[in-house]
Formats: sequence, C-alpha cells, structure tokens
Amino acid sequence: MLALAIVVVMAAYASVGLGIDGQIPSGTFTYGLGLAALMFAAYGVLAKWAPWADPLLLPLVTLVNGLGLVFIYRIEQTGQAGASASQQILWTALGVVMFSATLIVLKDHRTLQRFTYTMGFIGLALLVMPLLPVIGDSVNGASIWIRIGPFTYQPAEMAKLALVIFFAGYLVAKRDVLALAGRRLFFIDLPRVRDLGPVIITWGLSLGVLVLQKDLGSSLLVFGTFIAMLYIATQRTSWVLIGVLLFVGGAMLAGQVFGHVQDRFEVWLDPGNPAFYERELGGSAQLMQGLFAMGSGGILGTGLGQGFPREIPLSFSDFIIAVVGEELGLTGLMALLMVYALIVQRGLRTALAARDPFSKLLAGGLSFLLAWQVFIIVGGVTRLIPLTGLVTPFMSAGGSALLTNWILIALLVRMSDAARRPPPQAIQNEGLTQVFTR
Amino acid sequence: MNATIKRAAVACMVMFALLMVNVNFLGAVKAGDYSTDNRNKRSFYARYSVDRGWITADDGKTTLAKTVDTGDKTFRYEREYPNGRMYAHVLGFFAPESARGIELNENKLLNGSDPDLVVGRLIDFVSKKPPKGASVDLTIVPAAQKVAYDKLRASGKRGAVVAVNPKTGAVQVMVSLPTYDPNDLAAPDKAKVATAYNKLAADDTDPLLNRVTEKTYPPGSTFKVVTAAAFLEADRSRDPETTVPAPQVLDLPDTTAGLPNYGGAACGSGEVTLRFALERSCNTPFGQIGMDLGWDTMRSESAKFGIGEPIQFDLPTAGTTIGPEIETAALAQLAIGQRDNQQTPLQMAQIASAIANSGVLMKPTLINKITGPDGGVIQEFEDDEIGEAMSGEVADELKQMMVSVITNGTGTGAQIPGVTVAGKTGTAEAGDAPAPHAWFIGFAPAEDPVTAICVFIEAGSAGNDATGGGTAAPLARDVMQAVLEAK
Repeated sequence: MLALAIVVVMAAYASVGLGIDGQIPSGTFTYGLGLAALMFAAYGVLAKWAPWADPLLLPLVTLVNGLGLVFIYRIEQTGQAGASASQQILWTALGVVMFSATLIVLKDHRTLQRFTYTMGFIGLALLVMPLLPVIGDSVNGASIWIRIGPFTYQPAEMAKLALVIFFAGYLVAKRDVLALAGRRLFFIDLPRVRDLGPVIITWGLSLGVLVLQKDLGSSLLVFGTFIAMLYIATQRTSWVLIGVLLFVGGAMLAGQVFGHVQDRFEVWLDPGNPAFYERELGGSAQLMQGLFAMGSGGILGTGLGQGFPREIPLSFSDFIIAVVGEELGLTGLMALLMVYALIVQRGLRTALAARDPFSKLLAGGLSFLLAWQVFIIVGGVTRLIPLTGLVTPFMSAGGSALLTNWILIALLVRMSDAARRPPPQAIQNEGLTQVFTR
Repeated sequence: MNATIKRAAVACMVMFALLMVNVNFLGAVKAGDYSTDNRNKRSFYARYSVDRGWITADDGKTTLAKTVDTGDKTFRYEREYPNGRMYAHVLGFFAPESARGIELNENKLLNGSDPDLVVGRLIDFVSKKPPKGASVDLTIVPAAQKVAYDKLRASGKRGAVVAVNPKTGAVQVMVSLPTYDPNDLAAPDKAKVATAYNKLAADDTDPLLNRVTEKTYPPGSTFKVVTAAAFLEADRSRDPETTVPAPQVLDLPDTTAGLPNYGGAACGSGEVTLRFALERSCNTPFGQIGMDLGWDTMRSESAKFGIGEPIQFDLPTAGTTIGPEIETAALAQLAIGQRDNQQTPLQMAQIASAIANSGVLMKPTLINKITGPDGGVIQEFEDDEIGEAMSGEVADELKQMMVSVITNGTGTGAQIPGVTVAGKTGTAEAGDAPAPHAWFIGFAPAEDPVTAICVFIEAGSAGNDATGGGTAAPLARDVMQAVLEAK
C-alpha cells in the first residue's frame, strides 16, 4: 500500500516535469527515493511500536502529503514567491520524526488523560502567543504567527491538538453531569443552565480568536470540533443546537463590529461583483481566480504542469485545492476528497473500536477535526460556504500544520493499535473444555 | 457513545458528499461562465499555447500566416504574417482577445478545437504535447494578389480589387487599400494591441475596413449590365442590335430635373442599338429601360445575381440593395447604378462572373483545402452553384456587348494583347462629393473565362476627373493578365 502511494507520487512528479519542460525532472528518483526512505522508516516505527495499528492510515497520509509536495514543487516552478518544495520536504521529514517520536514515547495514549488540564492550559497559551509583543507577527491582516529570529510558526495549529485532548479528557470526566436533562422545550431536552459554563467558555475563546486574531477559520474549527465532541460525549442534540446558535449569534455580532467577517459574507454571496473583486483587503480576487482555475480544469484537468496556478494568489497555501482542481480536474478532486474521507473514516472506525471512553472521544474528536478542517477550507475555496482561511491538511505549504497533523495521525495510529490489539491471553486456559475421543 | 460516533461519522460523510456535489456543480454548471469571464486570463493564455495551423496559398507553396515557437512558457506560440499588409483583409488577424478574417472564420480548425480534429487532440492531451491545429490553404493566386496590391498601392489610391474564377467561385485576388499590418495586432500583449487597434480604428481612411466585402457603394454604369440582362430576359425577341431611345437628356416624371448622359454628351442620334448604348455607357437609354421594366422586374432580375442580401462567404459581407421603391424617377437612376443602388465590389465581381459562366452564379469561396496536423485532408475545394442569374443565351449576348466595350467603347484601357477581354466601366457619383467612384468589372479570356474581376477606386482618392475607363480599367487589365499568366 505504502509503495503504491509512493509510486503514484513519483509518477505525478514526473508528470509535472513533462508538463512544464517536456522532460522528466532529474530529481524524480532522488525525491521519490527520499520520500520512500522517509515513509518506510515511519512504517518501521509503526511496525515495531504499534504493530496492530490500522494499516491504511499511513499509506493514505503518505499519498496526500506526497501529492502536496508535488503540487508545491509545481507551483514553485511558476516562480510564485513563498512556494518551496525543498522546505516542505524538510517539514515532511520533521513531521515523520514527530510521528515516530509520538509513537515511541507515547506507549499508551491514556497517559494523556492525566494531562487534561495541562493540555487545556497549553492550548490556551499557544492560542494567545501571537498576540504577545515581540514574538507576535501579523500576516495578511491575521495575527496568527509568532516569529523567533528567521522562524515563523503558527501556534494555533498545535493549540488545536492540545485543545482536542483537553476536550476529550474534560468531557469524559464531566459527561454525566452535562448529559443531565434540564427543562424540556418542544422535543429537545435543554441542559441545565449551570452546566452551560464550559460551552460559554469555549465560545468566548473562539470568539476571542475571531476578534483579536481575525482568524475566522481557526475559530470555526475549534468551536465546531468542541460541539461535535460534546455531542458525542453527552448524546444531547440540544448542545449542538445551542452551540450553533451561539456561534452564529457571536459571529453576526462580531460581523457588525468588525468589517472582515462581513466582507467574507459579501464576497461569498457575490464574488463576481467587480467592486468586491477590486477590493484590496478582503476582496474576492483570490476566490474568483480559484474558481476560474477549477472551472478550466473540467473533468480530466489540464494535466499536471499545464495549468496556471500563478494566477491564484497564495495558490500553494489555502488554495492548493484549486490548483488540484485545475490540473487534475474533477476526477482528481473527487479522488483526493475520497482519500480524505477514507482517512476520516479509518479514524472514526478506531473510535468505534476503542475500548475506553477517553479513546473513543479523542479518536472521534481528532477525526472530526480533520473532516471539519477539510470541509471548511475546501468548502470555502469551492464557494460552498464563506471562505475562511485554513490550510488543507497535509497538502498546503506550511510546517506548523504539517507537524501537527503528523502528530494527529500518530495519535490515531496509537489508538487504533490499542483498539485492535488482541486482549492479553489469560495465563491459564481454565475455560477450555478438553474433548476426548475414544 | 458508539451511537453518537456513528452519527458524527454520518455528519462527516455528509460534509464530504456536499463537497463532492459542489465540486461537480462547479465543474459542470458554472465552468462556462468562469471561462468567459474576462478576469480569467486562461482563455488569453490558451490562445498562445496552441500550435496554430498555418494559412497558405497556392497549394501550400506560399505562406501567409505562420506560427512561431518562441519557447516562452506563457506565450509559447506567436502568430506571424510574412506579407501582412498585402493579405490583411483576407487573413484578418489573431489578437489577444479577438480575431478577424479567415483567422476568425476558420478558428476552430486552426486552433484544433474542431470536432473533426478530436482524435489528434486526445493523443496530444495524453502525450502532453501542445495541441496542434489544422492548416488552411486559400484559393488566392499569390502572383496576381501581389500585382493587384503593388499597383494599387503605387497609385496611392484607396480601393478594392477582387477576382474570382467564374467557373468555380474560387477567389483569386482580394486586395483592399488602405491596409494595416496584422502583425501589430497579433502580439500577446493586450495593452499594446489595444493601442494599435484603437489607432487603426480612429484612422479616417479606415484601414481596417475590407472594402471588397464590408461596405457598399453606388456601382454606377457597371450596373447597366444588370439592367441590360433584365431587358433581354424580359423579351427574348430582343438582342444587342435592338434599338433603344437615346435622348441627350431623359425627362424624368414628377420632377423638373432630367437625366443627362455622362458629361452631358449626346449618345448617337436619338436612337441607338443596345450594344452601342453599353459601349458608350449612355445613361438615357438605360434610365428609360429601367422605368419601362418597372420595380418588380428590376428587383427580381437583380435578385437572381444575389443582390438584396449579404453574400454567403468565408468573410463577413454587407447587404446589397438596388434601393427602396419610391418614385419612378428613382427607377431611372438605379438602372444606371445611382441613387440608392448600393453594391459591394464582391457583388459586382459576382455579376461579371455569372455573365462569364454562361449565366450560372457560383458561390464565392476562399478555402482551397484544409489539412489536419497529421497531414490528413479534412476539407477539399468544392464548387457550389447558387443558381441561374440569366439564360445562357442572354449571357452570351451580354458577353459580346462587353467585348465591344473593351474593343471600341469606354473600356479600351483594359485590353490585353492576344486575349479577348470583356468588361464594363463605371463612374459613379458619390453623394454630393465632387469626385466620383471609378469602377471596372470584366472577365477574360471571353471565349473561355478564367477570371472575373471587379476593380473599385474610392471617390476622392483619384481626383475629380477619375473615370472607370481611365482609372480602374488599366489596373483590372494588369491583374487579369497576372492571373492568366499564373495559370
């Protein structure tokens, strides 16, 4: 499976070269072998430290990560500033190291449950970091970066992971209380008012991210994942309703006060409007160029290396999916979405198979986080929902997200290993009935 | 918790399903709008990513438009016109956002998107080769085109020359002056091309206009052949020797003005033969004939030559008319090609062509052959008959009279040594302007016509005393001679 994924990536890489220069790039084998070595190392770690793990997760992620590399290489060839395949390979290597380290160090994921509140604190701290003076950095109007020397890092990416662990630990402890029914209104059991506390806090947190950092995507991501986990833990539909109402209300309020949320909505409703298109900040030019790209791809796409990704601002980041749509067409997009769906499905299967509630909640939460993130960014780029900036997991250029997502996969692998591991053999086979034959 | 995890899983799958449906909606429904949006530069880039087919003449021996591989990544293939100015109105141009002429009309074949080329395109797509278009060979005779262009340009006059093969409708010469350089409009630079185009469009002499097909002018006395054809057709007891009244000034009904002959001259002695009237291009006999034939006959007879609607052609053509039905006096004037009578040079060449081809009118065409990128022939020359403009007998009588015009009438300037030429001159008043349009239509050799021609010199570019015989006929002679020599 893994070998197949690597062959697909190498073929795609060669195809890019053919499309651009009419020859196979000299690096096909070095890059390909590098990636292969990396992934087989990861496989070795997986085989040794998590032998019962889900066999599909690593090949699937390898495929998406490899395709991401190919597309970043392809965009780099057009000369768009910021796209660097060699840097992305470096980050991929680091991601694999983190993946391996997580598997090696974390023998039992339930250890994490002990650090529930620590994780909560880390998550919060990471979220707040970009707002601090000196290390905080603002790019394109969003304050989501920290800068230490030449290195920039998006701590929110890691914060998501920490927060999901926190949610899982917290909800497992409190789910019985939260599930207690309050008054019944129409067909919905409302929760007790005093149990609203954590919901309100998370709500405030995500609105804080939205308002202070102007990061609509992360805010939506964190809050949505929290609501989903709350629902999984308590089985109360009312929480979902309350959550959605709270977020929509909060976002509308924020939209009234802060322009950038409203801009996004205007642009979503009428991206072709020249007034929005020409707007310098919060305009629709990027969205429209992405749509043009996907529209021109048709069913089979223009072929790798034969589209015009440089027409799309930041095509290697948030809009990499539009480049996939242009060069691989509808077919490629559908296939890619299918791979994501498979990863999510394997994660949720792990949640179902897990033996303890914390694992169930954590695996479910992480899987949902991934699905929700793909939905928010792909939906945004394809104009299904208003565009909110988020990276496409494993594809977009950017180290912070790649590292986080590799750790996320390591956690899923660890849990799937635990879930699929056969129960320890009883020491004595007392239960066995011996059958004698005469 | 498993029940809610399953529900969350359903929610995830619904999200993915929504994404997939939306992606398909985008690709299937919205893609069309996106591709035509002018903020989408892809269609602009795409124009230069195709190895566009060449345009040639003379069975591929003369290159008129070629595609050059620049090696540039964004604009790989650029268009060049080796003899741009000479062929500008035939070829048109291939600009960043538009095209004209054959470049426009045959665009789908030239850029390879025509359904006939689907197999080759698929192979190119799979093998990642740039798409290649079909090449188009024109019926133009380069040697004659060059003579027409050089002579007309050297004279410094504005006008048009068009020659067709009367038996097939193949266009041999098409020159319109002033002209422009299509190379200026083919660069992959929108701003530069827009500037060049705007400059041409603002030019008072209208270099972008194809005077052969796109504009109508009063045809003057060249139209008398149509009136004569109608006169002969109306009563088959008539022939070139039939006498017609030829006063010095024709009285027009309901008006004090009369219709004089050219320069107020007399025409014979009050009564002349039809042949003599045509030779000398007398106005009064044809004015009288027009009034005698009446509106319906004049209209139906000219419709048989294709007048009254735009000619079906490979380039855009203007609609022609003999004018609206008004007072009888107008009838006399349209019969000599004046008043509201408006014809294109191509239409006048068609009239000469029909007479040359024993009355049968052929559809004019520029396309000789279209060859796919793989060398397979996609389309070959095919002549197409429009209909019978007059009986073969009448055509022969007209031919005889037109030969007399050249031998001892107004068209002596078109004589070619050793070749019998048939023709008719025309000098048309252009509105209130003091200078007239000069016309010549004709064909040669009269016995077995190879080429039918129309030369048109625009009013004002050849002085106030320009005449069809003096200004247009010699040019027609040179061009016809060049066609005959090239054959």
